[in-house]
Amino acid sequence: MKKLDFIIIAVLLVCAGGLYFSGFLRPGDEGAYAVVYVDGEEVKRYDLSQNTEDTITGINGTNQIKVQDGEISVVSADCRDQVCVNHLPINRENESIVCLPHKVVIEIENGGKNSIDAVVK
Amino acid sequence: MAKKTAYYGIFAALAILMGYVEAVIPMPVPIPGIKIGLSNIVVVLCMYVMGTKEAFYISIVRVVISALLFRGFVGLWYSLSGAFLSYGAMLAVHRLKDASIIGVSVTGGVFHNIGQIIVACIILGRNVVLYLIPILMVSGVAAGFAIGLVSKYCLNYLEKKRE
Repeated sequence: MKKLDFIIIAVLLVCAGGLYFSGFLRPGDEGAYAVVYVDGEEVKRYDLSQNTEDTITGINGTNQIKVQDGEISVVSADCRDQVCVNHLPINRENESIVCLPHKVVIEIENGGKNSIDAVVK
Repeated sequence: MAKKTAYYGIFAALAILMGYVEAVIPMPVPIPGIKIGLSNIVVVLCMYVMGTKEAFYISIVRVVISALLFRGFVGLWYSLSGAFLSYGAMLAVHRLKDASIIGVSVTGGVFHNIGQIIVACIILGRNVVLYLIPILMVSGVAAGFAIGLVSKYCLNYLEKKRE
């Protein structure tokens, strides 16, 4: 173990400490987003912390969505099965609302931890 | 030439074996990327016993084979970038006359982690993993130090054998 070894170790540790405490590598605290896909392509994303209502134009029809209290839900849709409307509001990572007739998928990104153990994809 | 080929084979096999041993040992920390880097023993040793160019070949062979065997294709890119960056850094330190094998190993450990983080950023498309860099640097120093010590004793032994 020579002198330069200590210097190398010290420099690397100081760099690590500096990077850690300078905080410029820290990830920004982004809130949860609801991402809307139509036919597999992302069309819009909503910040879940801001209450809004909007209309998504899917294939062959539209869905009315509502963002409230950090959750997103589909209020009404002119599809035939109404599965998306009956779905409970979602706000957690990996949760999704799907409207098959309109090929609309709403997914949560960067959301809170799911209460279930795991999701098999 | 034949002797050199045998050395290549032995070192490469050892490095791959170390990769396997490491894949079997579970890491008690929940941070991705923290590892001991056992196979770096072989690369560092090779740098001193065979030479820097040879160590580079061993490093590449090791990464490609052990990544395909134990980690899959995406793992290959992580390991490859880590191996390139750490080799470059180790080479630079190796050139310095005042640094011993421990300094080389520590540098290698740290830069291996940094290389992996860079690829993780590219693959994930977001810089969410950048904040891991300081943590991985410290773990790299610790692991590199341990690996350096082991390599040093191995090197002493090998040199004694040679005489």
